[in-house]
Amino acid sequence: MLSDKDRIFTNLYGLHDWGLAGARARGDWDGTAEILARGPDAIVEEMKASGLRGRGGAGFPTGMKWSFMPKQESERPHYLVVNADESEPGTCKDRDILRHDPHKLVEGCLIASFAMRAHACYIYVRGEFYNEARHLQAAIDQAYEAGLIGKNACGSGWDFDLYLHRGAGAYICGEETALLESLEGKKGMPRLKPPFPAAVGLYGCPTTVNNVESIAVAPTILRRGAAWFSALGRPKNAGTKLFCISGHVNKPCNVEEELGIPLRELIDTYAGGVRGGWDNLLAVIPGGASVPVLPKSICDTVLMDFDSLRDVRSGLGTAAVIVMDKSTDIIKAIARLSQFYKHESCGQCTPCREGTGWMMRVMNRLVQGRAEPDEIDTLEQVTRQVEGHTICALGDAAAWPIQGLIRHFRPVIEERIAQYKSGRVARPMPLAAE
Amino acid sequence: MADAHADGDDLTQPTHFAFDAQSEAEIPGILAKYPPARQASAVIPLLYVVQKQMQRTTASRWVPRAAMDVVAARLGMAPIRVYEVATFYFMFNTRPVGKFHLQLCTTTPCWLRGSDEVVAACKKATGITQFGETSADGMFTMTEVECVGACVNAPILQVNDDFYEDMDAALTLELIEALRRSEIPAPGSMIGRQTSAPVGGPTTLLDSTPAE
Repeated sequence: MLSDKDRIFTNLYGLHDWGLAGARARGDWDGTAEILARGPDAIVEEMKASGLRGRGGAGFPTGMKWSFMPKQESERPHYLVVNADESEPGTCKDRDILRHDPHKLVEGCLIASFAMRAHACYIYVRGEFYNEARHLQAAIDQAYEAGLIGKNACGSGWDFDLYLHRGAGAYICGEETALLESLEGKKGMPRLKPPFPAAVGLYGCPTTVNNVESIAVAPTILRRGAAWFSALGRPKNAGTKLFCISGHVNKPCNVEEELGIPLRELIDTYAGGVRGGWDNLLAVIPGGASVPVLPKSICDTVLMDFDSLRDVRSGLGTAAVIVMDKSTDIIKAIARLSQFYKHESCGQCTPCREGTGWMMRVMNRLVQGRAEPDEIDTLEQVTRQVEGHTICALGDAAAWPIQGLIRHFRPVIEERIAQYKSGRVARPMPLAAE
Repeated sequence: MADAHADGDDLTQPTHFAFDAQSEAEIPGILAKYPPARQASAVIPLLYVVQKQMQRTTASRWVPRAAMDVVAARLGMAPIRVYEVATFYFMFNTRPVGKFHLQLCTTTPCWLRGSDEVVAACKKATGITQFGETSADGMFTMTEVECVGACVNAPILQVNDDFYEDMDAALTLELIEALRRSEIPAPGSMIGRQTSAPVGGPTTLLDSTPAE
């Protein structure tokens, strides 16, 4: 169990002052100028050595991402863009950073921007986080007033401007290139890669997009050292992570723990256990809506880190743990996610635009059992035709939950179909449009 | 002037929109965030300014077509580019809503915690029969929204900008009755939880020193 002294987000629950005075009392903005004085390359190397992997879902090594930025400034300015468009169902960790520890993010923005030779940074906050954005803006204003950012930030000689930009309710803008399109004042439709943002990003300039949590942990890593961070967690899955535990647990909550903590320990220790006890567990979605669901048999032993969850054909994603007990209609739980992806598809790529609607309609029929058994295979095949055939990963994200359902709960679907055929469930009127 | 019935329904669009003094005071600070040649970046912020002004002046937060044209002119954008943005992003209402916009999250994490009951309670308390409708008295509009990102405090009922968390049917009825009396309860957990900490209080961060 992680001890409090190794927790980074010491105001996770907002018990203390989130403003500058409180942040300083918790150790933020301590020796920032000295960190900057190490120089960009040393900062990037330290981040690489820490083993930090991106906290937004994909788990790409953060230090390596920073190293992709051009080493020299040119006439095209560099930008850091922070992805605070937290919208993956189940996920509410960045919200706590924005409202309770905003100075960790502001300080991280300065350090990361300096390391990537960027004089400007935009933080793109999802529109629904109106009150959270107010805290962040207040923290930015405090940092400017205190000379921590702005001209000659922290007395480092580096000029740095930080801007908050609010989105307006589009999940797709969490995809980094869609976010850049949105920030440029357009519809949030993902761009083809390459070119990658490090070459051609915001306004056609070199840009790195990082998740809030990845940036907010950077100052602490640099203060306490890469060795401290990399000693936490498991090999190649270093450090601490914010977990969001929702659904059928006795005490849903956010908590910071080491990567690699057993799923069962995470739920039992922090979330008061599964409603009705561990044996009442049906399934867990371990990393936000887009990763495949896991049945209890896997949940019994699986560890919560990138590689362990990949090995069981799921993923850590955003570490949003959605728990479902045996009362759950698992088909309906996944069908609701299909509705989500249908709603959030930007419509640019045909397989996603048409596929998400098609998958949702079939899933809704499967909830009732109003289908033929061989349609399960057809549905599985269609998910394979959407997956990997779109510009961005939303198509994959729409496919994976259904694949997980079929992989682990096929008998439940078959039984539902058999029940419907035998007339044991009420038959709604068929709809012509289907 | 855009066609007042372009949406194919009976909505009558105002023929005129102009930023008021309060809005004008906010705009320079917004435009200054973006490079001079990149003012289109301000389109979402300016549409928010419009929506806030409409709420202030008409008690309904929405973006009329005429206002989109004003935003386009201000930012040097083709009007179609502003229409695209205003219709792509879910938080811009392209038709009027009630004084209190009830935004109900029904995505899986909220659904697992009883969002169906919150939806039913909203319907019962407002007389609204389905999502998208506004109550007869014009006080409430009910909209089904996707995950609002507060899942450990599910289910969530968002009213205008505020999240009401850890809801159930009884709390929903109480909240709506309070709104009807124009009382706005403090947002956050409705069962007294400390934000995202577990019920009963934090079990971690117990030895962290409170800030002075």
